[in-house]
Amino acid sequence: MKYVDEYRDGALAQTIAAAIRREADPAREYHFMEFCGGHTHAISRYGLEDLLPANVKMIHGPGCPVCVLPVARIDMAIACARRPEVTLCVYGDLMRVPGSGGMSLLKAKAEGADIRMVYSTLDALRIAEKQPEREVVFLAVGFETTTPPTALAIRAAGKKGLTNFSILCNHVLTPAAIQTILQSPDVRELGSVKIDGFIGPAHVSTVIGLQPYRFFAEEFEKPVVVAGFEPLDVAQAILMLVRQINEGRHEVENQYIRAVSEYGNEKAQAEVAEVFELRERFEWRGLGDVPYGALKLRAGYERFDAERRFDLAEKPAHDNPACECGAILRGVKKPRDCKLFGTLCTPDTPMGSCMVSPEGACSAHWTYGRFREAAKSALRAEVVALRPEEVA
Amino acid sequence: MCLAIPVQVTELLPDDMAKVSLDGVTKVVSTALVEDLKVGDYVVLHVGYALSKIDPEEAARTLELFASAGEAA
Amino acid sequence: MSAQQPIRRKLDLKSGRVDLSHGAGGRAMGQLIEDIFHSAFDNDWLRAGNDQSAFEVGAGRMVMTTDGYVVSPLFFPGGDIGSLAVHGTINDIAMAGAKPLYLSASFIIEEGFALADLKRIADSMGRASRAAGVPVITGDTKVVERGKADGVFISTAGIGVTPPGIVLSSDAAKPGDVVLVSGTMGDHGVAVMSKRENLEFDVEILSDSAPLHELAAAIIAAGGAGVRVMRDPTRGGLAATLNELAHQSGVGFSLEEEAIPVRPEVAAACEFLGLDPLNVANEGKLVAIVAPDVADAVLAAMKADPLGARSAAIGKVVEDANRFVEMRTAFGGGRIVDWLAGEQLPRIC
Repeated sequence: MKYVDEYRDGALAQTIAAAIRREADPAREYHFMEFCGGHTHAISRYGLEDLLPANVKMIHGPGCPVCVLPVARIDMAIACARRPEVTLCVYGDLMRVPGSGGMSLLKAKAEGADIRMVYSTLDALRIAEKQPEREVVFLAVGFETTTPPTALAIRAAGKKGLTNFSILCNHVLTPAAIQTILQSPDVRELGSVKIDGFIGPAHVSTVIGLQPYRFFAEEFEKPVVVAGFEPLDVAQAILMLVRQINEGRHEVENQYIRAVSEYGNEKAQAEVAEVFELRERFEWRGLGDVPYGALKLRAGYERFDAERRFDLAEKPAHDNPACECGAILRGVKKPRDCKLFGTLCTPDTPMGSCMVSPEGACSAHWTYGRFREAAKSALRAEVVALRPEEVA
Repeated sequence: MCLAIPVQVTELLPDDMAKVSLDGVTKVVSTALVEDLKVGDYVVLHVGYALSKIDPEEAARTLELFASAGEAA
Repeated sequence: MSAQQPIRRKLDLKSGRVDLSHGAGGRAMGQLIEDIFHSAFDNDWLRAGNDQSAFEVGAGRMVMTTDGYVVSPLFFPGGDIGSLAVHGTINDIAMAGAKPLYLSASFIIEEGFALADLKRIADSMGRASRAAGVPVITGDTKVVERGKADGVFISTAGIGVTPPGIVLSSDAAKPGDVVLVSGTMGDHGVAVMSKRENLEFDVEILSDSAPLHELAAAIIAAGGAGVRVMRDPTRGGLAATLNELAHQSGVGFSLEEEAIPVRPEVAAACEFLGLDPLNVANEGKLVAIVAPDVADAVLAAMKADPLGARSAAIGKVVEDANRFVEMRTAFGGGRIVDWLAGEQLPRIC
């Protein structure tokens, strides 16, 4: 597959890994947060951390929009879907996210709610057109990558004169999340979370460009390297971050030069600006209230807002008190620190969203991290043997 | 939500749509967010929409950078 | 003067539909069974028209299996619910190292189902059964009200006999054993899912649905007592099968991603759908765990069979108290191959 296979090449991986090992200063540690859930998944799927020296550590950030969706918003989606006239269209990842009382969209579907998995807003629009008697609601979730498709769907619905299409808007913003993390006591004062630099999201950046990261790099003096999606991209971005740290730089660099430009996709940004505006507040799982961190529909588009259309109230809801998703999303705790991990909370029986989404830190740890801990693993010994300086 | 794949435009269709292909697997998607597309161009595809073009020269340069990672910064 | 005979109207196979009378046990049902099922399967047992069929039981250990088929869509590239039912049942018998002898097939049909589709399915089953040399010797038909069955559900049973001395068992894998697969992974699941997701292909991806009893027999002939266990990785894919075996045998696995055969179109379709081919169903492939001293011979025998041309050794059995299925990725790192929780949900991100 062009533009895919070349960026997964094992031999090149070794070249970059060797460079990282050579250039990482053994006298210090490097902590990098990857902000994009896609990066979290790539790191775990390809076993990228095995190629890094022990003093270069990755922290999984809250870049998984499924993971940061609070329980109350899932409850709201379920309540909406339970209305007999509603057909709720959702992206597949959302089906198993636990809401209150162990309920989920998948379970609600089993109980008879008309919930359909779709690949694209285009599919939701088609359903609305084919079934004018149904109220079609699209559960809009995602960062800046996924927001333009929702904006276009609303514009298309307007143009087609559809009166039975609306969205439940849960779109969130990357820069606001990075800001919240960098300003959080854990990072700023307590130092319980050390972050030396960020791997910037791949496809969010194709939309928003590099501009929005410059503020963080300067204000907080942390380097940001926007990385492509494939494991070689991530590996190279790590090398670039190590070099910045070693050279005392804190710049915004672009590793994903084949798809990301300085100003991003201005057409996509314009479409979003036409339809959406900032919410003053929106609760993120784990980060609490993130000011100006989420979007809602602008005036003039009220008829597409399912919250208004169906008078959906957000009822306060809480995570399982033992669930550490919040702390894990902020990088304060690791999956292993959560009492529920591996016992009550498994991919089969997820208690929190970090375990449901393949990009969540807990799911990634389940798939990958447990393997690293299995010190007696013969395969791990072989893989690690490539790195003589590591203590097994 | 960043899963996106690089696909090649094989046919331009009316209403800002196009047929794209990844190794012979094809799908009809929206190109409303990308301008000046030609058959043969590669785009990043996300949830049924092309988000940006892939620049072949920059792509090649990236591969060269991987290979030369061993050399001094 | 002889009594007049009622005119027996032919079944309207072109545009007719199954209705409740076809399941009521009367003449209508008899006609359905004869015109569709007997004509498709065409053997003496069925033509005798009994509710049961008799056969001799030879020497050797008998094996029996039962399966239900509820695939949607009913017709997919490379097969249909009927051929799938025949192949799947044969394969369950074959994985025990047994020779499949007879099949039964029971149909639960939804009121309103097109007779043309029912005939298509029955004919397909008949062809699959004859090609494999395993007859369907008894069956049953029921019709349920509209909405109570998704078109048609097929339930089967299969009977086979194990040659003497062959004892395959899911708890038999030992550290050091070699893991072999008979071909490319993920074809069936992708063929079915792609139809649902409106993916098209320049080169169509076909389901690999096939009867594996001859391939299984060749494996036993080449490996004898060195063949520990065989299993066909259906729902849940290779990942589910190996994880099951890891727990049943109390071992771990160590795999090489680069060695696992996957067709490029299937890999590309999986990228589109956000799936891992290791989690996708196969219906014409098997996994064989064999002792190291017979691995080469068994692999050669597999490759010589038309259904095993792309066979490969993909890893080995290791000691592991954690029962992990580990894999060295093509990228050079390591990861666990876990079995997917619940239904496969195509990823968006």
